[in-house]
Amino acid sequence: MKAWHFSENAYPYLPPADEYESIRVSLPNRIYDPGKGAALYDRYIDEWLVAEDEGVEIMLNEHHQTATCVDPAAPLVLAALARLTSKARLLILGNPVANRRQPVRVAEEMAMVDILSKGRLECGFVRGVPYEVLPANSNPVRMNERQWEAMDLIVKAWTSHDGPVSHEGRFFHHRNINIWPRPFQQPHPPIWVSTTTPGGAGRVGARGYVQATFLTGYKGTPAIYDSYRKGWRDAGRGEDVPVNRLAYARCSMPPRARRRRAPAPRSSSGT
Amino acid sequence: MTVLTKPAQAAKGQSRISIAGVELELFERGQGAPMLYLHGGGGIGLDLPFLDLLAKDRRVVAPSHPGFGQSSLPDWLDCIDDIAHIYLELMDRVGLTRTDLVGFSIGGWIAADLATKVPERISRLVLIGPVGVKTGRSDKLDVFAMPREKLDRLRFHDPAKNPVDLASLPDEELQTVARNSETLALLTWEPYMHNPKLKHRLHRVTAPTLFLRGASDGIVSAEYLERYAALLPQARIETIAQAGHLPHVEQRETTAAKVLKFLSP
Repeated sequence: MKAWHFSENAYPYLPPADEYESIRVSLPNRIYDPGKGAALYDRYIDEWLVAEDEGVEIMLNEHHQTATCVDPAAPLVLAALARLTSKARLLILGNPVANRRQPVRVAEEMAMVDILSKGRLECGFVRGVPYEVLPANSNPVRMNERQWEAMDLIVKAWTSHDGPVSHEGRFFHHRNINIWPRPFQQPHPPIWVSTTTPGGAGRVGARGYVQATFLTGYKGTPAIYDSYRKGWRDAGRGEDVPVNRLAYARCSMPPRARRRRAPAPRSSSGT
Repeated sequence: MTVLTKPAQAAKGQSRISIAGVELELFERGQGAPMLYLHGGGGIGLDLPFLDLLAKDRRVVAPSHPGFGQSSLPDWLDCIDDIAHIYLELMDRVGLTRTDLVGFSIGGWIAADLATKVPERISRLVLIGPVGVKTGRSDKLDVFAMPREKLDRLRFHDPAKNPVDLASLPDEELQTVARNSETLALLTWEPYMHNPKLKHRLHRVTAPTLFLRGASDGIVSAEYLERYAALLPQARIETIAQAGHLPHVEQRETTAAKVLKFLSP
């Protein structure tokens, strides 16, 4: 089992809660103090470095237009961590590919991080929570279909090595895909996909990717893992489903607060 | 556009027709000179009593758009232009060689688009609170990002008389309401509620055109409609008092009378 340290890079210096409508999407960025923000990046990066020293792996994520997670371009922080660390696995969970217009660009960014870190990237893909469609101006319909096409296109970009290949899909078109650099890990970095429903997990299992879930709690999580195992077995990957393909993200809070928020699942809090 | 209105229910004159792989739910009422009616973003449900008034003098043909009501939505379909092409075929199939055309909100957008594609087949055109072009400043209003209460204040002259109570709808109808909203987002999300090309095509419209607007419409402004109407060669605007974005619901009789009078001068 592996444990991962995850921080949302929150910006805590906010006015009283009754003075603004929402902490997400519409909170004016005049509230953000660049000097305090720079100090916060120092602090959060230092925390990740402490995690590495303690033998814990590193995870980061991405949100937009929100004080809850000031990491709107997670690949940038990932690139910094690739140079500042030397041992820890670097998990981005993940790239919101249904909200990114150029999946091939995402493939390039991730390949670069994999090279910079000499093969320590764990590359996650997420559909994104509903309020992410506004910062991205992303059509909220058919996101699942876009996400899967984008992921398949990224894998194609990572694994094609003999000159340009093309992609003519439902949502994305590229005539000359030939990324430089290509990933350090072969055939490509481990892929993680998040879901909160059993429906999505079967498809992730069929591909053999790592299934991440969060906020699904004691009742919801086993159904997701069971669906993953069924997808894995139905795809002919064998009866034994490796437990390191199943990940659960949860908050680390004082024990009393944690019990109130969500009971710990049977499975581990990492992979 | 109405985002949340009562969905279509099985009603008299309802049939199905298959066009280009789309199973369309079709309402046909009345006899007389033909009229194609195109509903708004909330589905056709609230419009049916209005159609009954129009059908006293006319043959009314009214499809549920692909992805609305009981009409299917194929994977490839994702814009207003796609629907306009479906309706070109519908006009051929149901014998609308030449027809009057009435559209409300995004139905007005489809109607305006159709009238640029086959101007010779449209006799007279009525656009009720239409969207579809961008004529002024960029939009600050986003119907997809506001609470329903706020949206209702913009949509209705008298929000207290909102004919839809979501809390009392059975699950099956709520599902249709949600599906209608989903399809509306698919079609109008980006560019928001318009096709940048349409305003450069509206000069093709030859039909005399009536724009109707509820005086209290908080979604389609009077200034917007004036600039929209100026893009069509023969257009005029009338306002309906004590009505919001849905004058054919809040002032059904008045709106029907204005439409019929314009179509039968």
